[in-house]
Amino acid sequence: RSGSNVINGNDEYALEAALKLIDGVGEGQITLLTMAPANAPETLRKALAMGATRAVHVTDPALAGSDHISTAKVLAAALRDLEYDMIFAGIDASDGVGGIVPASVAALLGLPFLSYAARIEPDMANRSVRVRRISATGYDVLEAPMPALIAGTQALGEPRYPSLKGIMAARNKEIVTRSLGDLGLDAGELGAAAATTKVLDSRQPPARAATEVVRGTPAEGAARIVDFLVERRLIS
Amino acid sequence: MTSLWVVAEPGPDGGIARVSAEAATLARELAAQAKGDVIGIVIGADPAVAAGELADYLPVVWAITDPAAAEHVWSSVAATHVAKLLSTETPDVIFVGAGADGRDLAGAVSALTGLGVLVNATGVTWTDGGPAIEMSVFGGKLLTTSGFTAGRGIVTVRPNVTTAATAANKGKVEPRTAAPASQPSLPAVRVLERVSEAGAQAPIEEARIIVAGGRGVGGPEGFGIVEQLAEALGGAVGATRAAVDSGWIPYSQQIGQTGKIVKPELYFALGISGAIQHKVGMRTSGSIIAVNRDPDAPIADFADLFVVGDLFAVGEALLEQLRARSA
Ligand SMILES: Cc1cc2nc3c(=O)[nH]c(=O)nc-3n(C[C@H](O)[C@H](O)[C@H](O)COP(=O)(O)OP(=O)(O)OC[C@H]3O[C@@H](n4cnc5c(N)ncnc54)[C@H](O)[C@@H]3O)c2cc1C
Ligand SMILES: Nc1ncnc2c1ncn2[C@@H]1O[C@H](COP(=O)(O)O)[C@@H](O)[C@H]1O
Repeated sequence: RSGSNVINGNDEYALEAALKLIDGVGEGQITLLTMAPANAPETLRKALAMGATRAVHVTDPALAGSDHISTAKVLAAALRDLEYDMIFAGIDASDGVGGIVPASVAALLGLPFLSYAARIEPDMANRSVRVRRISATGYDVLEAPMPALIAGTQALGEPRYPSLKGIMAARNKEIVTRSLGDLGLDAGELGAAAATTKVLDSRQPPARAATEVVRGTPAEGAARIVDFLVERRLIS
Repeated sequence: MTSLWVVAEPGPDGGIARVSAEAATLARELAAQAKGDVIGIVIGADPAVAAGELADYLPVVWAITDPAAAEHVWSSVAATHVAKLLSTETPDVIFVGAGADGRDLAGAVSALTGLGVLVNATGVTWTDGGPAIEMSVFGGKLLTTSGFTAGRGIVTVRPNVTTAATAANKGKVEPRTAAPASQPSLPAVRVLERVSEAGAQAPIEEARIIVAGGRGVGGPEGFGIVEQLAEALGGAVGATRAAVDSGWIPYSQQIGQTGKIVKPELYFALGISGAIQHKVGMRTSGSIIAVNRDPDAPIADFADLFVVGDLFAVGEALLEQLRARSA
């Protein structure tokens, strides 16, 4: 058996890594898992066209306003119903929750968590996986038994484009929809009602001052840069 | 009474990360405002050096010794200890740095304890109702102030939010054992090897000055001018995804949506167009200078100073003038 799940259906780097592993091992299945409003299947279709086997889409009106704990609880509950060797997640600095959901899911499931992955090397025979985790000075080589949860980075490699054949095949692939009831979860403990954080105030950032444009010789441009650095006390 | 914690991430030479010193400085100032306590926490196989360093910033530091930290991922060991401490203690806010280690710790501790997390704080103030956390969201398009519905939670703090400043008096270090297992431990993840890459670049997250190169530098040798300017200005080298994907510079230096988000005092862009995915990673920088030969490059819209010209010619002239000044 060789399977993997990708949480967060729109993370193409994690999916690409999973697809490459399956290519390398020669067999296996990839299940996409996402928690998103009802209109999400568009991104799931693309991921299925890239080569994932099937998708599970958790959607429920009660999930609106979910914070990262609600999200992690829902994903963990959905994962309890699935079989897997590895779970892949992507970390996107712009996702608003700062990429902490994968660590929370791993902790809820009691799985080893390997983050910031630049390379993933499974050893199916020994049921373990090695990951290069990017560090401040290079990388650390981590090893954990399967099943494990791995959060990847763009360094895993450029995602492939769906082929025409893939796009056709994706039309017949299964997207299973699950509600909170299906997962045996209590709506009262999730979504906006259970949010642990609240926004007190929001505002536009102060507008940046107008851009000063300098045209001239390189020496003139450089001289203006020096003056600017001095004016702003960036050099003395 | 208000109680604040700072959990320090490991830094170079057995000490603490700079972002942890900054978080400690911030927490100490908040504790003074809130008339409360602040405690530092260090977890390691031999936490003495880190605990001593944190005690430069905070009055009390708990040092937890766990041999497992030597050969396992720090957050996988530390999260279990912090969660266990939380079975008997109720701090109002736990501060950690917003780097990879702090983020992983926050996610795990939150799952184990149910505490909420506010990520990437750019500032924190104390109000009657508790902490008010400033964040920059939607790629810097909106600034928000947030709090915890239960009044308590975990905050990850961005680098450069404040300048690390030691306290007037050195604090005391207290060895501490986390309460015996009431929660299950997380599986510790083994580190087989720590590899330092030759020519590893200075980290960009904490840099006060970043000189960044894009596709315009034209090749790996093109980063020479970027590196020389970074050195002359005392900064770190950053890059766009185009430069990283071309293999001219490691991914660790990439700024933007799928790289790192930075907020240096000066962001100096050479041969960078300023695509939205790059902009979200650097738009909140203090000052932005760009050199680009295309006067219509999008970065012209949000740079403070935009020099139209060839980056090599302007860069060489600038190096010369900087050298002449310091001579
Ligand atoms: C999902 C996704 C995520 C992404 N994430 C990121 C990310 O994290 N970070 C990121 O940076 N990008 C990211 N991108 C890519 C982004 O869209 C841009 O393609 C990229 O930022 C462009 O990099 P660049 O400015 O170096 O290159 P270009 O856009 O090619 O710009 C090069 C510039 O250099 C100028 N130039 C050329 N030669 C010279 C010279 N001799 N002197 C002066 N100027 C010169 C040109 O006028 C041009 O403006 C992402 C894209 C996607 C789709
Ligand atoms: N109807 C829904 N079903 C499943 N997830 C949802 C639903 N509505 C919002 N979400 C998710 O909940 C989180 C918070 O979204 P929002 O309600 O827009 O603040 C996001 O991760 C959304 O994708």
